Amino acid sequence: MAEAKAGAARPQASRPLSPHIFIFRPYVNMVMSIVHRITGAANYFGSLLLAAWLISAAAGDEKYNAIGSILGSPVGLIVLFGFTWSLMHHMLGGIRHFIWDSGYGFAIPSIRFLSWATIFGSLTLTGLIWMVGLYQWGVR
Amino acid sequence: MATYKTSLKRARGLGSARGGTDHFWQQRLSGISNIIVIAFLIYAAISLAGMPREAVKAFFSQPLNAILGVLLAISISFHMRLGMQAIIEDYIHREGTKLVLVLLNTFFSIFIGVACVMAVTKLYLGV
Repeated sequence: MAEAKAGAARPQASRPLSPHIFIFRPYVNMVMSIVHRITGAANYFGSLLLAAWLISAAAGDEKYNAIGSILGSPVGLIVLFGFTWSLMHHMLGGIRHFIWDSGYGFAIPSIRFLSWATIFGSLTLTGLIWMVGLYQWGVR
Repeated sequence: MATYKTSLKRARGLGSARGGTDHFWQQRLSGISNIIVIAFLIYAAISLAGMPREAVKAFFSQPLNAILGVLLAISISFHMRLGMQAIIEDYIHREGTKLVLVLLNTFFSIFIGVACVMAVTKLYLGV
């Protein structure tokens, strides 16, 4: 039986294309969905920072201090701040998905609320974490 | 060729992503465990920010902290492998490229997980 091979040449044009993201006016739930994937990918590579920190601590003072001075530099702190926000955003986005997976929150106002809650919640949590962290850092 | 398998038997475990609902379910499960271990990571990061290495060693010499550190490594590496695989499967449509990237993704995730587990173990043992 002849079947079309995946990836085989398709007839050019003349077929209607399904509308993709660029064609829609951005909705908050759509933007949060995209940001959820972006933050997930960012967290993926952010795991390198965690691994570097733990490995350097296990390796010895010299390596630990080297990693510490990189992470503690202005650029390092900005990256860590962004990583914190990315983690919080992805976590709250995940919780939003848990709510949807359970079958709740599908009314349009709920969807909008949950989406806005993701962005404001993530910013609030990140701010709180850094306030406590910087306070602790300063106290020492 | 005649086959005596039922349609369900042939379909089971396949599907468009060849993984049925396993991937979906495992992503949720590790998402839940991630909430717990990320809370621990935030606690650890705040406790240890700007502290010397001795403080990190002392922190992970506590059994509960070491356990949570190992679980952190396992949970996040498991979750990030699944997540990146979904991204690769969504955007990479050439079978060969996809296969290689999915494989590299698995290797990278396992590497991160094992490296973190080893580091935490060494810190816990204090060797």
